[in-house]
Amino acid sequence: MNLKHTLLGAAAAMALVPVTAHGAAHEGPRGRDGDVKIIYWQAPSIMNPYLSGGTKELEAASLVIEPLARYNEKGDLVPWLAESVPTVENGGVNADGTQITWVLKEGLVWSDGTPVTSEDVKFSWEYCTAEGGGCAQAEKYLDVTAVDTPDARTVVVNFGVGKPFPYGPFVGAQAPIIQKAQFADCLGPKAPECTDANFSPIGTGPFTVTEFRPNDVITLAANENYRDEGKPAFATVTFKGGGDATAAGRSVLETGEFDYAWNLQLAPDVIGAMEAAGKGKVVADFGTSVERIMINFTDVNPDLGDERGTAAHPHPFLTDIAVRRALSMAIDRALLTEIGYGPAGTPTCNVLPAPAAYASTANDGCLVQDIAGANALLDEAGWMPGADGVRAKDGVRLSVLYQTSTNAVRQDYQALIKQWWSEIGVETELRNINASVFFGSDPGSPDTFQKFFADVEMYTNNFDGTDPEAYMANWTCDQAPRPETQWQGNNMPRYCDAAYDALSAQMATTSGIDARAALAKQMNDMLMQNYVMLPLTHRGRVAAHSNTLGGVIMNVWDSELWNIADWYRIDG
Amino acid sequence: MTDQTAPDPAPGLDPAEEYRPPRNQWLDVWDQFKTHKGALIGLGFFVFIILGVTLGPFLWTIDATYIDIRARNQGPSLAHPFGTDQLGRDTLARMIAGGQTSIAVGLTAMALALFLGTLIGVVAGFSKKLDGPLMRFTDLFLALPLLPLLLVIIMLFRDRLRAAFGPEEGIFILIVVVIGITSWMNTARIVRGDVLALKEREFVLAARSIGTPARRMVTRHILPNVLSPIMVSATLGIANAIITESALSFLGLGFPSDFPTWGRLLFDATDWLQQYPERVLWPGLAISLTVLSVNYIGDGLRDALDPRIRGR
Repeated sequence: MNLKHTLLGAAAAMALVPVTAHGAAHEGPRGRDGDVKIIYWQAPSIMNPYLSGGTKELEAASLVIEPLARYNEKGDLVPWLAESVPTVENGGVNADGTQITWVLKEGLVWSDGTPVTSEDVKFSWEYCTAEGGGCAQAEKYLDVTAVDTPDARTVVVNFGVGKPFPYGPFVGAQAPIIQKAQFADCLGPKAPECTDANFSPIGTGPFTVTEFRPNDVITLAANENYRDEGKPAFATVTFKGGGDATAAGRSVLETGEFDYAWNLQLAPDVIGAMEAAGKGKVVADFGTSVERIMINFTDVNPDLGDERGTAAHPHPFLTDIAVRRALSMAIDRALLTEIGYGPAGTPTCNVLPAPAAYASTANDGCLVQDIAGANALLDEAGWMPGADGVRAKDGVRLSVLYQTSTNAVRQDYQALIKQWWSEIGVETELRNINASVFFGSDPGSPDTFQKFFADVEMYTNNFDGTDPEAYMANWTCDQAPRPETQWQGNNMPRYCDAAYDALSAQMATTSGIDARAALAKQMNDMLMQNYVMLPLTHRGRVAAHSNTLGGVIMNVWDSELWNIADWYRIDG
Repeated sequence: MTDQTAPDPAPGLDPAEEYRPPRNQWLDVWDQFKTHKGALIGLGFFVFIILGVTLGPFLWTIDATYIDIRARNQGPSLAHPFGTDQLGRDTLARMIAGGQTSIAVGLTAMALALFLGTLIGVVAGFSKKLDGPLMRFTDLFLALPLLPLLLVIIMLFRDRLRAAFGPEEGIFILIVVVIGITSWMNTARIVRGDVLALKEREFVLAARSIGTPARRMVTRHILPNVLSPIMVSATLGIANAIITESALSFLGLGFPSDFPTWGRLLFDATDWLQQYPERVLWPGLAISLTVLSVNYIGDGLRDALDPRIRGR
């Protein structure tokens, strides 16, 4: 059972917390180090992660509101607002996994001085699952049937089915606890209307919002009621949003205007030159992010009208596995990674590259580029080069539209891949779309990555925490974005295989880390060997912090700002 | 001797002058144009750019989209006079290919804007009935913010045009049309003003009195006389279209990312500003100098086409 793993993690974390808490003996009164400046080049528009799927909102909110437990930099669960992480061994989780009991830390108070009770925890669940609410984190509360509050500090979460991994609700930056008193009138359809609450939620975290300007600057001040004496070291936080990755990197590494910059997806030479200026450090860590090419199994011809991009119309040539396989074989993943990410990436053939126990080694053949082999494969499948060098069969030409978001590294990937595909007789048209539109999830826009009105598309995705069950369930039939789901869903390729769905269902009820790992690998291999998507690069998360900022611990499993209470100023 | 009187009707004039056929008006214009040094240099540079981008590919045969990954990030050398970019594509070849697109967009969009502007300006100036509605229509277009409008149009029509004409031609048509239909308003206003003034002049009255139909009146008498403002706004229009296209590409919109235009080259190079400043320099210089040269040509043309300035 995965619980063993978690228990170990929890034990490790218990040992770890005191170390990070007083890291390198940086102690003193709260607010002694003045202001810390953070720059996120995508600006947060709200402070409520339940109303936004965006990483930027999630991380900004993590300064203020907190979950019961979260993941540390090793991917282990650590108790946060809870006293300990419940496990089967300590009696917190019942034997069949249908019930988990959390106990809140003693004496917890909100930033307004009122006590945090189990009612608030229960309310957070009600808030996210309220009728007509459209909660962005609803999958965290999947299968929860009831939340009981036997006393003010105890919370019992009941599941409708046995959960081998019951750490969805109230765990991680996606599922924080919000104050019942503040949000009580904001349930369901009224949620987006509570602007004050959504912009400056009352929290338990180290900081409180003093001013929130959407898509611009957030100013925060230390929470006077924070549970740890002498923390946070900073009196205020200036959280600036907007700009681009280059400017953000420069402002930390070269000019020193900011102390911390997030998500620096920049070419290695560029970021290397910035770091050479000597004002800051680049930190990177590998989580589960994989830059991948998604292959569309449906026809996106605009003439199809409303049925465009739905399972009713299979793609004219990408449904042929020989074509998909040839596209994969033509790519030199090592070269792409070297040019695009340098040390912050490794070439991969798996969509599930981490944690190590879940990573398959069955597909590593794709690491070697084989243009001749790809050509032979297409010849064999009957795709013959025409007069213009583009292969065709029965009047269908191998011509693909390849879309991604606007980013210099992605455009370089596109250009390289286009050249390799032209060598195997596949014509490629490139398209790049502004990132906020592409990842915007607006059902009215034709350019979102969910609608996927292109033949192939490239982006990065990952999953939070260390358990891949929800992530691997992304490619089941009913996850396909389609008009009935308002184009929401994670199965961009619209891949649909009953055998895969069965494996996914099996994983939801299988316990034991070895069995789960075997299943996850099997599912990963099934996707890879059917070439449903072509993984390219296992990406590290890259951030930069100033040399004068101490205590930063890069965390790829949770919010990067998870331990901001422990950050401090190094005198220099 | 005085009895040797020459049949000289205008004493003091050279006899040769008298028998010379009437001098072409355009030669006068050219003579005047030549006196404007800036315009002359501008014209020379513009011709050089046009020849460069049209004949360039025959002299410099490297494919602008060919990736030679081993030769990436190179400085200027004999093999690559302008160096190579981060994927080893030849910068000179990309400048030439980018110039073709940028100049072609500039010229075609200008032609379209000019046609629309002149048509609307002349009709509005000539017809009392249509004047009001057409000018309000012009005001309406002036009030539209260009970039958001472009984004909406690109979103709405991209797929259809792409299906009909292919990715590059489709976007080319789209961008040209969009720039054309959003930049004719100044021309229309200037032309209308001039037409209103010309309409009341004696030669128009004379033409009207001998029964010249309206259509001929416009083509024979009005249009030649408003040629000077049209020419000037044409040159400014080229510059404007090149800049708009660059702005679109710079925003990452418009043409596919591997299809070089000057704006796109500039956009791609900004990340490398510190390591390889020359990558920003070449497209930046090309855009600025082309626009500057075209503006100088416009300046010179205005002087040369105005008979009151000419000859002074």
